[in-house]
Amino acid sequence: MALPLTYNFRNVLVRWRATLATILGIGLVVAVFVLVQALAVGLEKSASNTGDPRNIMIVRKGSTAESTSMVSLAQLQIIRYWEQIARNEAGVPLVSADVITLISQPRIDGRGEANVSVRGLTPVGMALRPQVKLISGRWFTPGKREVAVSQKMARRFAGFHVGDSFRTAGNTLTVVGEFDGSNSAFDSEVWMDADETRSLFDRQNYSSLLVRAASPQAGQEIVSRIEADKRLPLLAGPEVKYYGDQTATAMPIKILGNFLATAMSIGAVFAAMNTMYASVGSRTREIGTLRVLGFRRRTILAGFIIEGALLAAIGGVVGCLLALPLHGVSTGTMSFNSFSETVFEFRITPWLAAKGMIFAVVVGIIGSLLPAIRASRLPVITALKSV
Amino acid sequence: MAEPIVKIRELTKLYSQGEIQVTALDRITLDIAAGEFLALMGPSGSGKSTLLHIIAGVDRPTSGQCLVQGVDVTKLNESQLADWRNQNVGFIFQTFNLIPVLTAAENVELPLLLTRLSRTQRRKQVETALEVVGLADRAKHLPRQLSGGQEQRVAIARALVTDPALIVADEPTGNLDSHSAQEVLSALQALRKDAGKTIIMVTHDPKAAAFGTRQIHLEKGELSQ
Ligand SMILES: Nc1ncnc2c1ncn2[C@@H]1O[C@H](COP(=O)(O)OP(=O)(O)O)[C@@H](O)[C@H]1O
Ligand SMILES: [Mg+2]
Repeated sequence: MALPLTYNFRNVLVRWRATLATILGIGLVVAVFVLVQALAVGLEKSASNTGDPRNIMIVRKGSTAESTSMVSLAQLQIIRYWEQIARNEAGVPLVSADVITLISQPRIDGRGEANVSVRGLTPVGMALRPQVKLISGRWFTPGKREVAVSQKMARRFAGFHVGDSFRTAGNTLTVVGEFDGSNSAFDSEVWMDADETRSLFDRQNYSSLLVRAASPQAGQEIVSRIEADKRLPLLAGPEVKYYGDQTATAMPIKILGNFLATAMSIGAVFAAMNTMYASVGSRTREIGTLRVLGFRRRTILAGFIIEGALLAAIGGVVGCLLALPLHGVSTGTMSFNSFSETVFEFRITPWLAAKGMIFAVVVGIIGSLLPAIRASRLPVITALKSV
Repeated sequence: MAEPIVKIRELTKLYSQGEIQVTALDRITLDIAAGEFLALMGPSGSGKSTLLHIIAGVDRPTSGQCLVQGVDVTKLNESQLADWRNQNVGFIFQTFNLIPVLTAAENVELPLLLTRLSRTQRRKQVETALEVVGLADRAKHLPRQLSGGQEQRVAIARALVTDPALIVADEPTGNLDSHSAQEVLSALQALRKDAGKTIIMVTHDPKAAAFGTRQIHLEKGELSQ
């Protein structure tokens, strides 16, 4: 038979002053744990919001990012009129030949400069990415040195708001519109006219092709046709998969986060252990009394483990509350894939908060294990005689 | 004469502290009849607590027998002893030993949590026990909201709530003023008279011992009369 939970709960609460440091410590660890995971979730979410299942992405074989990929004009001409590619009402094949280039731009907070991806594309390219919506100003006019900037980038870089202009490659570009990429990878981009980009940055070739397959079957045929064609040293695959693979960017964050959380949780385990040892120490006679009344060793053991878990759970709640204000806040980092600024949001999902709580409780249980064993091993008479 | 409730034969308890051996109890033989209120007296260090702890199944002797209601408690293992204590002995401590975070009623209920009683049955028994010690109106109070005498009466309620045949008390008035001591002793006396409990009380206060039906003295681990 177990001791009533209220007994454990009140014991944690009654010692709140003594345990406050431990609760905050565990809270901090949980907050870091949750936030790092929230970043990874945000990155994954960004990738999953990017691809359209009907689109096929084509890049140079061996390229690790769109910005280092290359598709020549000749290659584009081979592919463009394949019957497997869908066409719009006007009969134009839905092929977007994009040019990706990096520009260096000063950050708004004065913390130096960072690379920003510029995508040169055509109206067809925009039609293939319907999740990108104009929210202020207008789209760029082909033939003019105009750009549209993602709102999230506009908030992070200087000279990126509608009406602003900035210099790059010896020319002045004017921002005429801001768009929202619906938490996709396009939130990290600046868009302008494809031909304008090629002339401005002196590019003969394109970086990538995005095509709309006429049917899922046609999509597979495009992939195998490119694979089979000796003239095309290209790699084709579903756009969804392409961006999904880019989430590899989230891996270092996850690994770093897990390393941080592991290192910090060792500290938290010791904090919990210390608190629980103190609790056992100050309650030795109470333990003796319970034993005299007939409570078994294992009941005492379970009681102290439950108390450690409760203590840590309170810390877990504190940690989640500390992390919560950052939910939906966007942040950016240099992506090691594209070598440019990638923005994404902290996304604290209920499952993530639950994982944080589980993490806290595990820390509490591990931390209270040794103190609880000590408490339960005390001979009744020794416990009773302690002051 | 009826079979004694406690039958002690040649009970010895040795403590070895390094080289030196302390004889806490030296071949004690003692019978305690059912319904007795035995006052166990003697100077400090004479072995009173040790004897009480062995009778109550809290400590073990080095040798000898201790039968309580025919059961040799020295032969029971840890968990058997725990159950046996819960069902057969009520323990009252000098320092009350109430759980500070639990109310009077919750403290009294503790030993009942180990029984098969339903919640309502437990509530009823707790109420009765608190009424016996005259503290029904303090059921919801925490120990720190009670006076020392009241705390000890709650402890008495906790000792009698499982209706054990034997109640043991180790200097129950040692931490109380004379008025509170009087109340506690009267409560113990009433338990013997009204409920027929057997009570063993350790004390070195002759006035407290006078509440008992019999007084025995320990001196350096030996009974001295
Ligand atoms: N754990 C122990 N280790 C060593 N000696 C002990 C221990 N407990 C009690 N003693 C000794 O046993 C003797 C009797 O102790 P106790 O029964 O507590 O006496 P009383 O209750 O009469 O004051 C004392 O001499 C005491 O020092
Ligand atoms: Mg003593």
